[in-house]
Amino acid sequence: MRLSGRGLRCVRGGRELFSGLDFDAAAGEALAVVGPNGAGKTSLLRLIGGLLALEAGSIALDGGDAELTLAEQAHYLGHRDAMKPALTAMENLAFWAEFLGGVPADPAECLAAVGLSHAAALPAGFLSAGQRRRLSIARLLAVRRPIWLLDEPTSALDLASQRIFAGLMTAHLGGGGMIIAATHAPLGIVARELRIGDES
Amino acid sequence: MTALAALIRRDIRIALRVGGGALIGVLFFLTVVVLMPFALGPDLALLARLGPAILWIGALLASLLTLDRLFTADHDDGSLDLILMSRTPLELACAAKALAHWIAAGLPLIVATPVLGLLLNLDGPSTLAVALTLLAGTPALTFTGMIGAALAVTLQRGGLLLAVLVLPLSIPVLIFGVAASNAAIDGPLSFGTPFSILCALSLASLVIGPFAAAASLRHGLD
Repeated sequence: MRLSGRGLRCVRGGRELFSGLDFDAAAGEALAVVGPNGAGKTSLLRLIGGLLALEAGSIALDGGDAELTLAEQAHYLGHRDAMKPALTAMENLAFWAEFLGGVPADPAECLAAVGLSHAAALPAGFLSAGQRRRLSIARLLAVRRPIWLLDEPTSALDLASQRIFAGLMTAHLGGGGMIIAATHAPLGIVARELRIGDES
Repeated sequence: MTALAALIRRDIRIALRVGGGALIGVLFFLTVVVLMPFALGPDLALLARLGPAILWIGALLASLLTLDRLFTADHDDGSLDLILMSRTPLELACAAKALAHWIAAGLPLIVATPVLGLLLNLDGPSTLAVALTLLAGTPALTFTGMIGAALAVTLQRGGLLLAVLVLPLSIPVLIFGVAASNAAIDGPLSFGTPFSILCALSLASLVIGPFAAAASLRHGLD
């Protein structure tokens, strides 16, 4: 499996963020997108996830599931955690496991993997920022999708959680997955750097 | 199918929890209808004549009140991104969300109608007729309102815009809903004609609404 982008151009609010951007990522490989604030790291992830329209260029996935689009094979972990404050951690996770499609894993095991078993019955609104982030990470495990698009995944995580998350990412890569992460902090795994927005 | 059922269950559950939309709509409906007799005075004949119109306007405003959160809530917390990236066609997801909204916010209005009919001096059969027209007509309000909700999704405080956008689409529903109610209560028109048109409006919006909403959500990607 190989994901490649060629000549990508992104315009946001009338301002060009980047143009002529190329990238490649193979199965089992992590790509760390680095660059200053406002360089377009989040926009690149959203382009790959099909959440933004391409101005120019193309993104192609070779060797994926031919029946599914690129977006349907990717998990997106954004700034906003997509968890409803009124529902419990378990209800939130069980919903995404069912809704996202594919073969769902046991939500209880996913919660245990991020160390949130004790908070399963708590409404998500009562969780701390770090716990909510861990709940979002549990969503990545709830349904298997080969491509993980992570936007500042380690923000709000304490050191122990960062280590757990690095372990989960390593396991995902070991299983033939692919990670593209926009980040300022080190991810704790071996990752190739993709630098954008350097000129300015 | 399990994905759609999961979405419907989630939205209904959120609406019924504290701070959800279900209770707010009914309370607003109650407020509007309870205030009317005080404003119009103790003229029983007048109340009975205006009753169906008051109930319909109350239901229309109550459904507009809760509709603006239909997509905005999911947009604000990032759920909409994941819904767009799911394997469920967006049109079906939109239809499921509207159905959940109707079950959580529309059905309670219909259940409350018999109680509120008492306040407006409507007798049993008349109240039943109004409840029946609401049952046939409120899906049209939800499914056309959904188009406005999808258009206003990226705007801050899009609630008022939603009302302005949706109003022209709601007017036919209001006209035929009240006409059918009045026809059932004191004629002279037959009940069947306006009621059939009301059902047709609901069915048409059931088909058009999800496609229009999905198209505007896709177009409004940011």
